[in-house]
Amino acid sequence: MTDHLIPILVAAVAAGTPMVFAALGELVTEKSGVLNLGVEGMMLMGAVTGFAVASQTGNPWLGAVAGMAAGAAMALIFAVLTLNLMANQVASGLALTLFGIGLSAFLGKPYESVSLVVAPPPAIPLLSQIPVVGPLLFSYHLLVYVSWALFAAIAWFLYKSRAGLVLRSIGESPESAHAIGYPVIRIRYLATLFGGAMAGLGGAYLSEFYAPLWVEGMTAGRGWIALALVVFATWRPARVMIGAYLFGGVTIAQFFAQGAGVSIPSQFLSSLPYLATIIVLVFISRNLATIRLNAPVSLAKSYRPD
Amino acid sequence: MSSQAPKASAVTPRIELRGITKIYPAVVANKDVSLTALPGEIHAVLGENGAGKSTLMKIIYGVVKPDAGEVLWEGKRVTVTNPAHARDLGIGMVFQHFSLFDTLTVVENVALALPGKPELGELGRRITEVSERYGLPVDPRRLVHSLSVGERQRVEIIRCLLVNPKLLIMDEPTSVLTPQAVRKLFETLRQLSAEGCTILYISHKLDEIQELCNNATVLRGGEVTGHCDPRQETPKSMARMMIGKDLPHPQHGAPKTGEPRLVLAGLNRESPDPFGMDLKDMHLTVHSGEIVGIAGVSGNGQQELLVSISGEEPISEKHPVIICGAEAGRMNPAARRELGLCFVPEERLGRGAVPRMSLSDNALLTAHRGGFVKSGLIKFSEIAAFATSCIKDFNVKCGGAQSEAKSLSGGNLQKFIVGREIMQKPKVLVVAQPTWGVDVGAAAFIRQKIIDLRNEGVAILVLSEELDELFEVSDRLAVIAKGRLSPTKPIKETNVEEIGVWMSGMWPDGGDATHFAPSTAQGG
Amino acid sequence: MRLKLESRAEPSRLMGYLSPLFAAVLTVIAGFILFSALGKNPLQAFYTFFIYPVRDLNGFAELLLKASPLMLIAVGLACGYRANVWNIGAEGQLVLGAIFAGGVALYFHGSESSLILPLMVVAGAIGGILWAAIPALLRTRFNANEILVSLMLVYVANFLLSWLVHEPWRDPEGFNFPQSKQFTEAALYPPLIPGTRLNVGFLISLAVVGAGYVFLNRSFLGFQMRVAGLADAAARYAGFNANRMIWLGLLLGGAAAGIAGMGEVAGPIGQLLPSVSPGYGFAAIIVAFVGRLHPFGILLASLLMSLLYLGGEAAQMGLQLPSAMTGLFQGMLLFFLLGSDVFINYRVKVVHPPKAPAQLAEAAA
Repeated sequence: MTDHLIPILVAAVAAGTPMVFAALGELVTEKSGVLNLGVEGMMLMGAVTGFAVASQTGNPWLGAVAGMAAGAAMALIFAVLTLNLMANQVASGLALTLFGIGLSAFLGKPYESVSLVVAPPPAIPLLSQIPVVGPLLFSYHLLVYVSWALFAAIAWFLYKSRAGLVLRSIGESPESAHAIGYPVIRIRYLATLFGGAMAGLGGAYLSEFYAPLWVEGMTAGRGWIALALVVFATWRPARVMIGAYLFGGVTIAQFFAQGAGVSIPSQFLSSLPYLATIIVLVFISRNLATIRLNAPVSLAKSYRPD
Repeated sequence: MSSQAPKASAVTPRIELRGITKIYPAVVANKDVSLTALPGEIHAVLGENGAGKSTLMKIIYGVVKPDAGEVLWEGKRVTVTNPAHARDLGIGMVFQHFSLFDTLTVVENVALALPGKPELGELGRRITEVSERYGLPVDPRRLVHSLSVGERQRVEIIRCLLVNPKLLIMDEPTSVLTPQAVRKLFETLRQLSAEGCTILYISHKLDEIQELCNNATVLRGGEVTGHCDPRQETPKSMARMMIGKDLPHPQHGAPKTGEPRLVLAGLNRESPDPFGMDLKDMHLTVHSGEIVGIAGVSGNGQQELLVSISGEEPISEKHPVIICGAEAGRMNPAARRELGLCFVPEERLGRGAVPRMSLSDNALLTAHRGGFVKSGLIKFSEIAAFATSCIKDFNVKCGGAQSEAKSLSGGNLQKFIVGREIMQKPKVLVVAQPTWGVDVGAAAFIRQKIIDLRNEGVAILVLSEELDELFEVSDRLAVIAKGRLSPTKPIKETNVEEIGVWMSGMWPDGGDATHFAPSTAQGG
Repeated sequence: MRLKLESRAEPSRLMGYLSPLFAAVLTVIAGFILFSALGKNPLQAFYTFFIYPVRDLNGFAELLLKASPLMLIAVGLACGYRANVWNIGAEGQLVLGAIFAGGVALYFHGSESSLILPLMVVAGAIGGILWAAIPALLRTRFNANEILVSLMLVYVANFLLSWLVHEPWRDPEGFNFPQSKQFTEAALYPPLIPGTRLNVGFLISLAVVGAGYVFLNRSFLGFQMRVAGLADAAARYAGFNANRMIWLGLLLGGAAAGIAGMGEVAGPIGQLLPSVSPGYGFAAIIVAFVGRLHPFGILLASLLMSLLYLGGEAAQMGLQLPSAMTGLFQGMLLFFLLGSDVFINYRVKVVHPPKAPAQLAEAAA
């Protein structure tokens, strides 16, 4: 079993990476006070767009950028609806998800049995040969390292930078921030678009590098799990990473269990990530004081400067 | 005196407003308003609630753009585009509802309002320096949510002072202060004025304006009704300018007290909210036929006390709250209404009434026990009739029983809510902030109704931050401070100064309301 | 000079009715553009998508057949949405209803008792209620967000159904396909219009729409739910039990979805399959919103949504367009609705820069 541990951990990290992108992006969005439930739709749009562009151009990195753009475009629709037209954030996020599911299915039809040629993860010479630590830290696809850099950047941004302070203050009290003179709507736009771009990148990673293929609805709820992760992490970046990798682990557990000949019906194993999400949500939500101390106070409330 | 005494024309006014107009869809907030203030002047902007004072200040500070008119800063025409621009010009504003962030420290809060990227350690030192210089003690490293309301106001003021303002706007600053703290604030303001800073002081409290200000502009209904020098006016003459007639005074009469109707017997409550206040060992008795007032600056446990009495957040034991003889600590509001309790909360829209529902529906909110629901279905015409008679009896200006609660002015909605509760013939009435944000006429009406109700034998508890109001209506008075309740004193045996001292938490121990003897009008 | 959104003093009732109409029209226009962009003749595509499916009695029956579960579920959901209780997992509750009802049908397989159908309705409701009780419990006891919990349970429900039709409930004579035995006649809804697939279940849906109207607009309990959704501090002040609102809000939706699920397997499907719904549980969410959370609006909206389903199928056959078009149109419809709703509470105004008094005086002179 122990010589399975490292490969399991490595697989868990790779499996959790789409959620790292999506959840970190949504974290920034929520910190500004905006609740965007459309993560699943944005991820799917990122996935299909990334796959399509990569397939057409042969360049997966172009695909990744296209995926980010697609996610941001979806987020833009949401931002216009909720920040300018004052629509209800919950309903708009749901609309975004349903639209994203439908549009991605539609656009992805021609790509359903297309296969993408993907280069294997670059094995970093020497470093990845180190026993235990080597494969655990150095054998991933480049985007995984990008996700780690993203985590560091977001943590620094939120807690050490002035701009991050302003963002957090907007999430807590847009009225006060506006009274002091900060452009609340503009900053919320930026935070929302960033969240969309990250969700798109997570989807593109999934379809271009992790799978790699395109199937209708392939995110299978990862966008929703990312939303739950943000709550589970009490809106802190480091906990988001831990949660995402835990979920990555639960997701791949089914394959390892099947390989090990465990005789549990495959459907039960497949439902583990979703059941785990519920359990995790219950665990973190039941302490009302914790939630109240960490959740952005103005989350999901419509705000309109006079 | 309806015209400004001419000043030496050699001195350029610090700020001048000419013909400022601002119109919102439902109301004209400012119409052709003009105002002039010189350097070093403490200039009052006087008017009752809804007269347009706050909107005018927001225009000066760049939060709101005027529809017409111009602003001249030190003689030159400017357009204040946003608060940062106002700060650059040298204008600072201390808001009535503070623009502070609870989860950040004092230093971080101040940093957010300053241009550039100040270094936090250095900023902390500057904060301490300014706070000592002007007598506004505050610790820069504390999280704002742990500060009292008075301390928060100091942070707001320091935040303005750090940029050496030439004009400081104070919007209703004393509503959150004890009388002693008000004195201290006035010292600070006089010091600033002596240094050449102009102060615009927004208030509706005539005695304070008389004490502090040397010039005044009076607003009514969005328009200027006069300028004057408060030092040469009487409260009566200023009141006439402010509301167009004399300030009404309610007919008080004498209380005739009977049996205890509302008793707090050792109420203890831990607040589940990390930012809330715990209640400690509260004792109080309110008898039929009397009005007991509770004074206190907000943030000392009033909210927590009210939800414990109303049942919106029941406590875990039943005996500490007794309503008409029944132990009610665990009951929810509906059950307590069955016992005869009615309650007017401090938030009108969103708690006392649903903004988007009609007055008829809002009547149903608490009056439904009066036979308006049969077999689970609502009797619409009956409840509409109830709402209509409430509107008539309580002088509510509105578009009828079907108009939305949101469309009423603050005063009229408050009259409706008070009327709704009174019409249910309660045995106990609890009222929080009865006339906050309400125009003078409606305020006097409401206070008279409360006194009339007391004369009919109802037990009434009033919580308010306005000492004048409490002295006007209460028979006995107590103070809430830091989650504790003082003993009560008959109103004739105390005064504003003593209550002010008690409001900082210092009252003599011993003697509490449970030893009250119903046959006398006195008690401990 | 620029455009500005200005708050209305009172919400516009006219716009409340017009907004769904605008949204529908905008969706059709968007469809036109989409069809053209795909190289199809827009008028022909419009005909194929919107007119052709309902051209005869059979088509009309199909319209009502699909509208039936949509209006049923949407009315149940609307009760909860009015109270700010967001049941997003109706699809999963539908599946559980189908499973429970299917279980009854399979247990009594071969019997001809007339009690089976009513029993199946009850079983379906129970299944949906149980599945909705989970988010209700977790929300009231542990404060867990019901959107995420109910949604996660959709995936779990589908896996449960998959396991059942692959293993214990698989038809031994089904050539190893994942499906249950086909239900016998006693376990199927009798037809309503002979020669079509429209069945008696439609009457149940209509009855629920009517009951929903009475509940939401005339009952005190419905009033309490509306207050809870509009101002929860006011609901507390009034003494309305917040937990009861949450339970009711979720269970009503669950029951409705469960009965709808039963209706699918006792109706057009006639057995248990790995998929018993083309996303009705999610489409019903859109129907609820487009119908303005009002039972009669929901009735109309369910017809529109049903038409979109039929159109998607027709487009697939007649225009060689993927049936995913349906999902696309559904999402667009909701977007346009949310966008047009803004005009209920706001109006557009042209704003000019403020004039100085000197200019005003000049103008007046």
